[in-house]
Amino acid sequence: MVEHANIRVVHRGGSKINFRAPVITSDSKFLLCASGECVKVYSTTTEECVHELRGHTDLVTGVLLKPSNHLQVYSCSTDGTVKLWDFFVLSIYLMPEVASGMNVCVCVCFFVELFQLVALHLPQSGDQLAEGLELSAVLPDVKASPESIAFGRGGEYIASVKGLCLVVFFFRKQKTFSFYLKQNSGNGRKNTFTCIACHPKDDVISTGHEDGKIRLWRNFNHKKEYTYLTLHWHHNAVSSLCFTPEGTNLLSGGVESVLVQWKYGQESQRDFLPRLGATITHVTVSPDGALFCTSHADNSKIYFGFGLFSLTQSALTVFAGESVTTDLMVDPRSKALVLNGKPGHLQFYSLQRDKLLFNLDIVQQEYIHELGLQQVEVVKAAFDSSGERLATVEERKPKAAELELSLKLWTFDQQTQSFVLDTTISAPHEGGITAMCFAPAAVDHRTATLVSASKDGHFKAWQQTVSPTQTGDEGPSWECDFVGSYHSLAPQCCCFSADGSLLAIGFQEVVTLWSPATWELLTTLSQPPGDIRNLCFGRLSCSKYLMGTTVKNLLCCWNLLTCSLEWSTSMDVSLLLSDPLSENMAAFCTLDGCTDLFVFKPCEPRPLFCQKAVCPGTVTRAVFSPRDSLQESCDESCQWLNRSQLYFLSQHMDLMTFITQAEEKQLMASNKQLVVDDTVAMTPFHLLLGARRQGGGDLDQPDHPDTSARAQLPQGSAAIKELLQTPAHVLPAATFLCSMFVQSLLISVADSSKTKHIEEEMESEKEEEDSFDEEEDEKTGVVRAKWASMEAGEAAEAAAPAMTRTQARELRRVKKMERGWLSGLLDC
Amino acid sequence: MASFKPTKIPVYPKLGEKVTQETLYWKNYKAPVQIKEFGSVTNIDVSPVAPHNFAVTAFTRIHIYGPFSQEPVKTFTRFKDTAYCGRFRSDGQLLVAGCEDSVVQLFDVSGKVALRKFKGHTKAVHVTDFTSDRYQIVTGSDDYTCRVWDIPNATELTTYQEHTDYIRCGVTSKLNRDLFITGSYDHSIKLFDARVDKSVMTMDHGQPVESVLLYPSEGLLVSAGGRYVKVWDLLKGGQPLVSLRNHHKTVTCLCLSSSGQRMLSASLDRHVKVYNTTNYKVVHNFDYATSILSLALAPDDETIAVGMTNGILSIKHRKNPEESTELSGQHRRRPAYRVFVKGKNYIPQQDDYLVSKPVKQHLAQYDKHLKKFSASKALDTAMQSWIRQKKPEIPIALIKDLDRRGTLKNALAGRNEQEVTRLLNFLIGHLVDPRFTPVLVIAAEMMLDIYGSVIGQSSIVDRQLLRLHDLLEREIDYQQDLVEVLGMLDTVFACHLPRKEVPCLGVNRSNGLAKGETSASQPQFQAT
Repeated sequence: MVEHANIRVVHRGGSKINFRAPVITSDSKFLLCASGECVKVYSTTTEECVHELRGHTDLVTGVLLKPSNHLQVYSCSTDGTVKLWDFFVLSIYLMPEVASGMNVCVCVCFFVELFQLVALHLPQSGDQLAEGLELSAVLPDVKASPESIAFGRGGEYIASVKGLCLVVFFFRKQKTFSFYLKQNSGNGRKNTFTCIACHPKDDVISTGHEDGKIRLWRNFNHKKEYTYLTLHWHHNAVSSLCFTPEGTNLLSGGVESVLVQWKYGQESQRDFLPRLGATITHVTVSPDGALFCTSHADNSKIYFGFGLFSLTQSALTVFAGESVTTDLMVDPRSKALVLNGKPGHLQFYSLQRDKLLFNLDIVQQEYIHELGLQQVEVVKAAFDSSGERLATVEERKPKAAELELSLKLWTFDQQTQSFVLDTTISAPHEGGITAMCFAPAAVDHRTATLVSASKDGHFKAWQQTVSPTQTGDEGPSWECDFVGSYHSLAPQCCCFSADGSLLAIGFQEVVTLWSPATWELLTTLSQPPGDIRNLCFGRLSCSKYLMGTTVKNLLCCWNLLTCSLEWSTSMDVSLLLSDPLSENMAAFCTLDGCTDLFVFKPCEPRPLFCQKAVCPGTVTRAVFSPRDSLQESCDESCQWLNRSQLYFLSQHMDLMTFITQAEEKQLMASNKQLVVDDTVAMTPFHLLLGARRQGGGDLDQPDHPDTSARAQLPQGSAAIKELLQTPAHVLPAATFLCSMFVQSLLISVADSSKTKHIEEEMESEKEEEDSFDEEEDEKTGVVRAKWASMEAGEAAEAAAPAMTRTQARELRRVKKMERGWLSGLLDC
Repeated sequence: MASFKPTKIPVYPKLGEKVTQETLYWKNYKAPVQIKEFGSVTNIDVSPVAPHNFAVTAFTRIHIYGPFSQEPVKTFTRFKDTAYCGRFRSDGQLLVAGCEDSVVQLFDVSGKVALRKFKGHTKAVHVTDFTSDRYQIVTGSDDYTCRVWDIPNATELTTYQEHTDYIRCGVTSKLNRDLFITGSYDHSIKLFDARVDKSVMTMDHGQPVESVLLYPSEGLLVSAGGRYVKVWDLLKGGQPLVSLRNHHKTVTCLCLSSSGQRMLSASLDRHVKVYNTTNYKVVHNFDYATSILSLALAPDDETIAVGMTNGILSIKHRKNPEESTELSGQHRRRPAYRVFVKGKNYIPQQDDYLVSKPVKQHLAQYDKHLKKFSASKALDTAMQSWIRQKKPEIPIALIKDLDRRGTLKNALAGRNEQEVTRLLNFLIGHLVDPRFTPVLVIAAEMMLDIYGSVIGQSSIVDRQLLRLHDLLEREIDYQQDLVEVLGMLDTVFACHLPRKEVPCLGVNRSNGLAKGETSASQPQFQAT
């Protein structure tokens, strides 16, 4: 950081947005999600992230609309602060410090109706926390999740569940009721509470349980005479419950990823919305009941329009995935980042827009949402250099049976603009596939070779053959071309040289070099001790070098011409990768629990760039993404970022990248343009249209002769514009503003008469008048007009000798007519 | 909300021969007509003029069959011993045949008594043929000689005594009246010119020559002998062109298809193979009941006639194109084309408002059950007899999917005797199929787990289980044998492959480098 201050590590997406339930604004236009240290505002119509509310210094643990002002929102964080945001104007309006050193407070619920603040303290504090400023402890023992706390009808009571206990606290009476369930119900499954929701109009509490039951509690203001009704549909734990604003329906969701709608009062009537993609973690309804939003365990959110069970709107997913098993790849065609996403899918993720483009279904099987089931996972994927072909490996490891493995080969179809399955090879290897790569494209592009290395000690070369069948019903198919092994060692990694003439395969300690043309073993290289972890061929001017890293902290560079070790250095490289557009290589090294980055050229053992402590933890996935346009940077330490950008995934699945100072400035500039000044969602479409409208206005002006008259209207005043466009709740009182506002609306008489006068005086070219500025005050306007008329008069005199008197008279009459029409226009 | 993804039924590559245009062409024959002759059929010759009768030489007779009759049109019986090589003249009027008793006889096709008898050979005459000028006969005999005879006055014109063994095949040129070729058991093929008194070209086949064949252009010669079929280029002075070894017993007969694009060879190994004459690849194969001695093809490939050692003459006629159209005409009448395109060919105008109809997803019955999570019903549907027999991949894909869903045990359990029998039958039928084994082994284990306690209650189920047991034991033995063979083959390969030394970097030498130091050491070896 210190030595290269002009290159910074920045966060580029991949943050979790499913940590807490999202909030839908009352106009259903925006969705607010807690995401790491900030709150993200998404537009519900375009699914784009409109802006981020930044200010917390730690994890945001809750977002809540302010009930008294629907344009403001509270957020709380583990940094001990609660902030009130005005999410339209991008400013922190109010920032009450709750208490210093209150970082034990993980979950803060606000009750703002009576301008009272109620904080619930968690058992982490050991004993009840002493009162803060206006703090009062309500319930001593609650769960650390907002799902387990709910306010009752009109804020009269608060209910909380923990373990097998439901606690209801009435604010009026300051009384607490507790209800306990037995440890096990009849079939021996757990009765534990998981979530709670209160009916907005009725004194009913619904609770969800571990065994999939939902209980509707009534009469809970009595110690003994309470009743409950049990509903059962879910077969796994109910993870979220939600009443619609009018209380007519109850929504529930769980592992099954089916959203169930129970009709309140007629609980036997259920509606289902099945196959939502992943475990439902939260269900939210917008305050007007028009939008429903479910957030899922795979970091996606789906929201639905008004008729829940008829209309599906769209899904919003941000960089799904709890664990990335495939490498990070860049699709050469769309320049999208590709990695495994939803179970059994590959996701294509746009780096520029931080948005999921689409999911490619690899496994093509119905996903069964059930706990403890072994699922088929996509574990490896590889693109060829042109993006024409894609190879994927999926595997499933059942407990008692052998590994199920299949290799699928896809071809890009120009017509459908997507990948279509070409060949499925079931059980391509006996053991799991450790590495896979395509040979660089051949000259004719007709055939392709894929090499897969497996734990079973073999590597196989698969070749695409265009079979010259007369029938022509079969497309190209893939077949095994060669099976190779080396002393029954297990291959760990493989790599093709840039021209495709050499294949390097690391068999534990030994690097073997093969010729793909003849499948001959050319030579072996070895640098014990330690197994080979990564292999990379140099490119361009360094193509005679082969780089390798071993698990025993060694980075080696072999010269392929002499087949000898060129240089080696001792560092614990966790990931080595080469830039496809230059000879640079990047090595991520782990040191003291932090990752350092070194960028170097294979020809010299001196780093071009190094950055200590890029991020905590080990970096195991990274990729060079080619830039659209060549970056101009003369600074030596930044030059490696000229052609491509380096992205990497941190331990917490955050996508990070390196950014130069110049680039940062550009980004800031473009961000400023995007700042919203309207309630209209800022979409690219709006930007385009808005720009057009403004430009059109400028163009239109010269066509209207009455512009000068219109310009006098007070809307043009910048102050008034500002006044009108500022949100009402941040303005001073209306009484204070009224007189000022009305005054500004008045049209001064002198002003308009003067204009009339000017118009009469004008003899020729009106176009000159149009250049007059709207804000120009009376005085300068007159001066300029006089000057203009004088000039016109001179011009007329210069032309006069050429024409006769009658002609001049005729001309004057015509001019008079015109003036009359103009003055008529001005009067009205 | 994603739609239900139906069970993926894997498409297995079709094993066995691929269906090509060739196979379609050569399979387009009716069921063969089988005629029993008195002895093995040694020669079949097709009349060059319509109606293209067959002269079939078998034992002491020559039968002439019409193209569609199963009874002989004519029979020549005036042979004292076994007749050989009955051949038509190019105008189809005369027929010549050799005989075991060394006499060559010439017949009128319409008559019965021999017109001429040519005596002079001392042993059996196996080869007779007309020259292309139609006035002479060429014969080859077991007395190692071949002779040219004049038909009108039945005199011998020339004798060639160049072969050193039996002459068993020969052919005359269709373009030149003086050229003829003979093949002999002395492995040689000789080209004779009647104008000179010795052979003009000799080719060594390497095996006793059984059959020779001239291309219509007469630039290429094909010879068959032993297991080999060889092609010679006559214009290059008898240079061998190709040697084909596709039969595993002696090739006895050769013939060309009428277009000259395909060549057929018949062999004692009971196969007739069809070659493409441009690349000499086998494009089709016919199987017959016993060893084949003779083969003939009628013009336009209308008929294939094959004579075998057990005296059976098998005649296959090509299917008429009219018949196949008649068959298709018998299908039930489908609704007119108009009905299908009704309203679908409307092209929307620019200002039309399109109301899209939701596409209804079609699901198979078992998928519908799977969608409702009823595993047993899904398995039942997929095990319906016609699916089970016609498309075993469907039940197997379903079993795999149920296993993935963790409900296979539930689906297999709770069945009655009949259903268990059905499941076991299916297992027995497909368990050893290598494509299905991994899936079915899981199912079989579960079946045994579930129904292990009820063994002995039903004799049918017990019998099935015993069968399954036997099957598995046999399969294990078989696999063991295969592994043994594999081991043997490995040793054989290891002995025969040239051992290539792989240059290996000296492990110890490169180990002593200091950290981070550039090693400018001398090259330790040169890359090969």
